[in-house]
Amino acid sequence: MFRNQYDTDVTTWSPQGRLFQVEYAMEAVKQGSCAVGLVSNTHVVLATLKRAQNDLSSYQRKMFKIDDHMGIAIAGLTADGRVLCKYMRNECINHRFVYEAPMPVGRLVRQVADKHQVCTQRSWKRPFGVGLLVGGYDRSGPHLYNTCPSGNYYEYKAMAIGARSQAAKTYLEKHYESFPTASVEAMVQHGLRALAATLSEGELTKANCAVSIVGRNAPYVVIEDDDVEPYLQMLKAEEDAGDAPMAADEAAAGGEAAAAAEGGAAAGGDAAAGGDAAGEAAAPMETE
Amino acid sequence: MAAATAGYKLAAAPKAGADSQGVKQHATWSPYDDNGGTCLAVAGADYCIVAATTRMSTGYSILTRRSTKILQLTDKCVIASAGCQVDMKALQKLLQSRNVMFQHNHGKPMSCKGAAQLLSNTLYYKRFFPYYTFNLCAGLDEEGKGAVYTYDAIGSYERTGYSCQGSGKDLMQPVLDNQLKAASPLLVPARNSTTTLPLEQAIDLVKDAFVSAGERDIYTGDYVEVLIITQDGIRREELQLKLD
Repeated sequence: MFRNQYDTDVTTWSPQGRLFQVEYAMEAVKQGSCAVGLVSNTHVVLATLKRAQNDLSSYQRKMFKIDDHMGIAIAGLTADGRVLCKYMRNECINHRFVYEAPMPVGRLVRQVADKHQVCTQRSWKRPFGVGLLVGGYDRSGPHLYNTCPSGNYYEYKAMAIGARSQAAKTYLEKHYESFPTASVEAMVQHGLRALAATLSEGELTKANCAVSIVGRNAPYVVIEDDDVEPYLQMLKAEEDAGDAPMAADEAAAGGEAAAAAEGGAAAGGDAAAGGDAAGEAAAPMETE
Repeated sequence: MAAATAGYKLAAAPKAGADSQGVKQHATWSPYDDNGGTCLAVAGADYCIVAATTRMSTGYSILTRRSTKILQLTDKCVIASAGCQVDMKALQKLLQSRNVMFQHNHGKPMSCKGAAQLLSNTLYYKRFFPYYTFNLCAGLDEEGKGAVYTYDAIGSYERTGYSCQGSGKDLMQPVLDNQLKAASPLLVPARNSTTTLPLEQAIDLVKDAFVSAGERDIYTGDYVEVLIITQDGIRREELQLKLD
């Protein structure tokens, strides 16, 4: 995507009917480290790759509990994600207060998407630079949604967002038919393997990945640090027994120079150069 | 002209709010209703017992035999309220919302002390249209010792070793004072009044207290929910009282 004369304001259309600022916001999502989500008949599993700015800093948290029955994983501008997280938590608390019942997942996602859309149609605002994977369990079962800065959202059986997510999506596409009846442990393994596929270097350790599970009779819980070690061991055992997992590597993903695009401060966006170029080129904004 | 003003005297004008006899009328409707019931909490060295009856009444009738007065905020803190149940429900919903918010923001549950302060502030917020609830906040403090906080309707509170609230409290309190032998609350500095009784004996005392109160207080009866809070969590027992 190159600079052009229609990309200064979010409220300016291009002659092809594109809003470039919104598309650029979606690029910011692709800069974030990968987040993966998958659904079975009873549970939703989210897995994220945590990135550290440098050896001295901590790994950036990407998963947040919204309510006992819902959690999110973010990719992109962490600060924007935090704001949305606060909004979602508040809505869930209010819903429980008024209706004495957990908030239906789809309804909240729609509200969040509407919030995104507002920022694409005001000249004094900018679009949110974060994509959410929302995993939750309500009366109609487990759900996984992906929201993006454009204000669109879709429900998914499995999805990956963030840097090199195409590799994860390829893995998920291969295996998604087995997800509905998979056990929770199998789901976590799939999530971690999908995540591992997006690594350009190094491997999954207990410090750089986190998993969360929510489902029927299973309030949202985050598994990280020491708790995720057993799952990584299982992964390693399978690896040693069978083939090594695919480590997908787009040609463009060479340099790892930190991008200053969103003015990342210490706690800022988890950015790296080398976005997910392949297969994302033409009009990424859904125009339905 | 003269005829129109002749019959009028200021002193003879009817007073505002008075009926035809000149007697001031009071409102016939009250926003409050006392639903009765009693609750009690006892703090021990490493436990806390909280108990409350489950009968909800109005006037001389029973509305239900099974309704809870206890809100479990965390593994280590509960709130029990006697009085107007609708105000209790509203108060407990509010506290629960604040509790969830706290956990999101701080990543850990509220301490008993924190919850006690929150309850006091929440009650005082409605200083000029109070929650008609008589509350107890009880659990384990940060050191693992039993803690009981007792309140009036507008949020004045203090930490004590034991307390009871509700319709049966005047019947129960002297029994507890006698058995738990607390130092006078008037002593300065405040003496630690958590009981040294072992857990099982304290539970028996609590049950006896309710049975006794149930004999004479019409609003105390049906069932008693007994929550026993220890480091291992919260255990629930139920005691049956007379149904009359």
